Amino acid sequence: MTATEESATSLEQTVAGATSSRFSQVFGTLTATMLAVFLLFALVFSPPDVSQRDAVRLFYIHVPSAIVALYLAFGITFVASIMYLRKGTDFWDLLAGSSAEIGVLFCAFMLGTGMLWGKPTWGVYWQWDPRLTSTAISFVLFAGYLAIRRLDLDPTVRSRRAAVLGIIGFLNVIVVRQSVQWWRGLHQGQTLDLVDSQLSGMHYFSFFLGLVSMTMVFGWLLLHRFRVAWLETQADAATLQTALAERQAEAADYTARPPDTGGPTTTETEGI
Amino acid sequence: MHWEFVIPGYLLVFGGLAIYTGALLRRARILAVRVPPERRRFVG
Amino acid sequence: MLNDALLLAAKDLRVERRSRVLTGQVLPFGLIVLILFGFGISPDRRVVEAPDRTVLEQVAPGLFWLAVLLSALLALGRSFAIEAVDGNLDALKLTGLDPAGVFLGKALAIWLELLAIELLLGVGSLALYGATITHPLLLLVTVLAATTSIAAAGTLYAALASGLRVRDTLVPLLVLPVLAPVLLGATLATEAALFGPAGDGWPWAGLISTFAVLYLGAGMVSFGVLLEET
Repeated sequence: MTATEESATSLEQTVAGATSSRFSQVFGTLTATMLAVFLLFALVFSPPDVSQRDAVRLFYIHVPSAIVALYLAFGITFVASIMYLRKGTDFWDLLAGSSAEIGVLFCAFMLGTGMLWGKPTWGVYWQWDPRLTSTAISFVLFAGYLAIRRLDLDPTVRSRRAAVLGIIGFLNVIVVRQSVQWWRGLHQGQTLDLVDSQLSGMHYFSFFLGLVSMTMVFGWLLLHRFRVAWLETQADAATLQTALAERQAEAADYTARPPDTGGPTTTETEGI
Repeated sequence: MHWEFVIPGYLLVFGGLAIYTGALLRRARILAVRVPPERRRFVG
Repeated sequence: MLNDALLLAAKDLRVERRSRVLTGQVLPFGLIVLILFGFGISPDRRVVEAPDRTVLEQVAPGLFWLAVLLSALLALGRSFAIEAVDGNLDALKLTGLDPAGVFLGKALAIWLELLAIELLLGVGSLALYGATITHPLLLLVTVLAATTSIAAAGTLYAALASGLRVRDTLVPLLVLPVLAPVLLGATLATEAALFGPAGDGWPWAGLISTFAVLYLGAGMVSFGVLLEET
């Protein structure tokens, strides 16, 4: 428990990074405070559940991770991908990529906590629960999306392909979810549902805190991830511009010579 | 009861968040020196 | 658009007829997969709830569709490998064919190739796993819908990865999670077609038909974006 509180404060300390702004600092402090409050409620104040015992505490991060990853994060990727294909600006492309990356991270949290919850409750780590199964597939889906984004390609080609993938990817999350749910529905398997145990107001409140704090963490991470992505493209562009300026300065020395030695052409900058 | 599952779960999530955030901010610091102020639109 | 599609599909099939990659490589691959599945699941074990059936027969629908899916990956890789060489993709753009037609053409060629693969693997499954068909109509609809789904989604994703050096590893990663619902639906519908009752299978056949229509639409809309890029 001490370790978890430590990581919450380390989040607060590192806020003063290079991508921070006044807004992100205030928001980051709020998020860290919210996380600390959430941890207090989730691990201390919330009583154990009658049937799940203390395993109910895993719910407080498991379900919010799922909601944030599958709907919020991949939903933003979906919208931003559509916007990229319409507008063609870097902003939407980078937003889509940043959101997907954090979504994949939260998917991993969802799977990890879900399996740890399954062991004491079902006796096995993996129960072919519809939500776990469909999240595992969505996780791989967006891992493929991130793989495309990491490729060393012409940036426009990569962004366009990623955008197409991001749009169909999100629609697929829904299709996969529905079909797996339908499949498991036939077998009447247990589900990771809050409804099937008797939860008190305190449980719901802790869960609500978890949802709010995970959403805030997502927002804060997305802000910084987007800024890092933005800086990356800008750093590349800046380096290229400096290099071009240097070559052009060199070329100025050649002006006394005949023109066929070839100087830098302006068309080179056009394509960037 | 079941704390042996709860603690790894919370460690996984908060440890994962700490590692990811750390890596992200480190990358931000490295990049910050490479980008001139006029290109820092959207960034703080 | 349909003319463009037919033109391109005929081109792909002509390439196939002359190179014989499908008959010489993909079909034998599918067969060995079918045989290896038999090794993984011991052929003599019987189903507890239905002792007249072996486990292998019980899971035959799933194994058949897995073998089809794996073979389809090879066929898809092949379909875009022939466009990647000698600047064929640029030539394809220069022809001025409708992008939606290009998509349909590629998918149609894959669709026909897949049907050939499925015919052989189906006969192979019946022979090797000892299954019998009780509802041929359900099976036919399932096969047609699932094949359309695999061809449409596969063509779209193979195009996303085309021209990349990592294509061979990327296509399976992209295609398999997307086709997971199709595998699920096709397996359950085929199970119903083999062991009955057929009523259990029709909703699944409906699901994969919907999937097929969705992916045909998605491919036709987005292929323009993918083709005009480079």
